[in-house]
Amino acid sequence: MSVKVRFFASLRERLGRTEEVVAFESGDTAGRIWAKATGEAALPSHIFIAVNQQYAREDSVVADGDEVAFLPPVTGG
Amino acid sequence: MKAEVRIQAFDPWAELSAYQQSLAVRKGGFGATAVFVGTMRDFNQDTAVAAMTLEHYPGMTEKHLESIAREAKTRWAILDTLILHRAGQLQPNEPIVLCAVWSAHRHAAFAACRFLIEELKSRAPFWKKERTENGERWVDHNTAG
Repeated sequence: MSVKVRFFASLRERLGRTEEVVAFESGDTAGRIWAKATGEAALPSHIFIAVNQQYAREDSVVADGDEVAFLPPVTGG
Repeated sequence: MKAEVRIQAFDPWAELSAYQQSLAVRKGGFGATAVFVGTMRDFNQDTAVAAMTLEHYPGMTEKHLESIAREAKTRWAILDTLILHRAGQLQPNEPIVLCAVWSAHRHAAFAACRFLIEELKSRAPFWKKERTENGERWVDHNTAG
């Protein structure tokens, strides 16, 4: 099973990565996906998470084929 | 109800006029239109800003804008909404965002318009990157207002 992970804006530039496919195990959360995608880095408290383009939480459980995005603080408007 | 992200510069007043002409609400049915237009400044935090890039999350952005418009409609007695937001390369003085609300009476229009822009600024997935004489920098937070 796998999810598509996406990084945006300053986070994308800092990590030097835009998107990738990450394998996961049943029961894994969005926070666990972050850890797997970043070599077990801690999830910064200011980063927002979206699953399938809806805001989600660090403890949201992901499903096969989900799109899991990590977003720095937004600055639109 | 319309919510769109635009890559090209737009004229908010022409958009407003055109959308109002197309409103499904009958003419005479609305008594108030509240409008917010956000425009790119040429300064931020005491530094001159020459240009800006607005990144967004295609798909999620539109869904978010549509969801806040739907929420506004459940919270106030409003008739219609229009939200337009720029993405891509911007120059100072170009409009960034247009939020407009039509209602029978002014209170709902003002309140819903304020709600739309504040929700958009705090949650819609857009990110500004400014070009200054010292190079490029991501804007790390919006001003309090």
